[in-house]
Amino acid sequence: MNRANVLFDAPGPRGRLRNHLLTAIGLVALAAIGYFIYSKFEQKGQWQAEVWEPFIQPRVWTDFILPGLRGTLVAAGLAAVCALAFGAIFGLARLSDHAWIRVPAGVVVEVFRAIPLLLLIFFIFYVMPQLLGGGDYVLFALVAGLTLYNGSVLAEVVRAGVLAVPKGQSEAAYAIGLRKTGVLWRILLPQAVTAMMPAIVSQLVVLLKDTALGFIISYVDLLSMGFRIIPPNFRPADTLISAAIVIGAIYILLNMLLSALATWLERRSRRSKKTAAPPVAPTNIPGGLGGRPPAPAALGSE
Amino acid sequence: MDELIRYAPDLARGFAVNMQLALASAVLSLILGTVLVAMRVSPTPVLRAAGAAYVNIVRNTPLTLLLAFCALGLSDKMGLVFSQNPSTNGFLLVTMGLSLYTATFVCEALRAGINTVPFGQAEAARAIGLTFSQSLRLIILPQAFRAVIAPLGSVMIAMIKNTTVAVAAGYLADVAFAMKDTFDKTGVSIPIFIGIALAFMAVVLPIGLFTGWLSRKLAVAR
Repeated sequence: MNRANVLFDAPGPRGRLRNHLLTAIGLVALAAIGYFIYSKFEQKGQWQAEVWEPFIQPRVWTDFILPGLRGTLVAAGLAAVCALAFGAIFGLARLSDHAWIRVPAGVVVEVFRAIPLLLLIFFIFYVMPQLLGGGDYVLFALVAGLTLYNGSVLAEVVRAGVLAVPKGQSEAAYAIGLRKTGVLWRILLPQAVTAMMPAIVSQLVVLLKDTALGFIISYVDLLSMGFRIIPPNFRPADTLISAAIVIGAIYILLNMLLSALATWLERRSRRSKKTAAPPVAPTNIPGGLGGRPPAPAALGSE
Repeated sequence: MDELIRYAPDLARGFAVNMQLALASAVLSLILGTVLVAMRVSPTPVLRAAGAAYVNIVRNTPLTLLLAFCALGLSDKMGLVFSQNPSTNGFLLVTMGLSLYTATFVCEALRAGINTVPFGQAEAARAIGLTFSQSLRLIILPQAFRAVIAPLGSVMIAMIKNTTVAVAAGYLADVAFAMKDTFDKTGVSIPIFIGIALAFMAVVLPIGLFTGWLSRKLAVAR
């Protein structure tokens, strides 16, 4: 059933007229915006062939874009693995029965969630040479910053996931004689992981987007390729805008694929009989640099 | 500790810039986000599709790309200049990019809020003879608004932290650049980092606590 059917009466003649009018106004407004952009591009010569031609050369893809993509994916992959480990450890630590474990873990998680990620990356970037001597800490600073921040968010997801398993599950487990570790590993975690999966994947979308911060500390990723390396290579053609559009499309495609995975996982875990826990809603995660992770049910359709 | 005291005025000025960016972007993104959500729930397929396309494109673009594009692409190449004063222009460009980006998250938070209101509420409102605008005004929106407080708080917190990405737009007045600048001059300083981190926490944590408290206090019991 559609919400609109409940909210609205089936439109009568006047309602239909009004809707048609709104459609027409909307179309006109969109066309005006489209034409405005088109004419601005025309004015600045952005439709010329030499501006777009580099992106059909195989060389540009093999020499610039794919290595850039590799940089982005390497940073994202390393950070994802580390953040998942960090999140699992600190999330479980926050559930500990011992205050001396629970409280420090809580402080760490809250602090790293509240600090802007870029400040963290800058700080790690500048502090490492002082601690360990010279060297190239660009990738390290990026991955460490992403790990600490996203790991802290994931720690909250893990905690929420374990808490979402109904109490009867752990009570039953204790009743059949399992100890604390057994209850956690055999009963709670297997169910919690199913419930957490969509939220985890949504957070990985945020992490992937945040790798673009590496641009600011000159990490060679997709964004740096598009803004710093490709345009100077094709002077006098002015490829900055076309490069930005191509690069942006790649980011959008990657993130939409990951979001689609999150949606699919969410649907599956909603159906799943393997867990008694409801899926952990991504809305429960306080937003990070990417804001609230994309709501899984929001890909294109209403 | 000495460095923190010596550079405190610079850093405070930078932090004030972040707060100004946050305020301006909060207002703009809330307005734009409301417009977007109105488009996305409107009875007109064209507007719905346009709203959905905008949200999905902008939300999936890294903010760093968006801000760098605003400065290098829109301003430098396309000639979008708000002000002859480079500093004012930079401020407005960052505000624009940040608002365009945050508006998509505002839109999604509002839409999720409308979706929390059960069908039965709308059905009951119709059944007792309320008109469309009455049921929206008296039944749906009051419940939706309460469900939206906490997520909107998270969006705003993220936006405040995102003001530091202004550096990507070449706008070098904010606290992230001020921190980097002092590190370049005097070497890394842990007290400076802790000081700035505490300043952000002093702004962000109360917002989180307040919106959390408010949403619990106003929660609709179902």
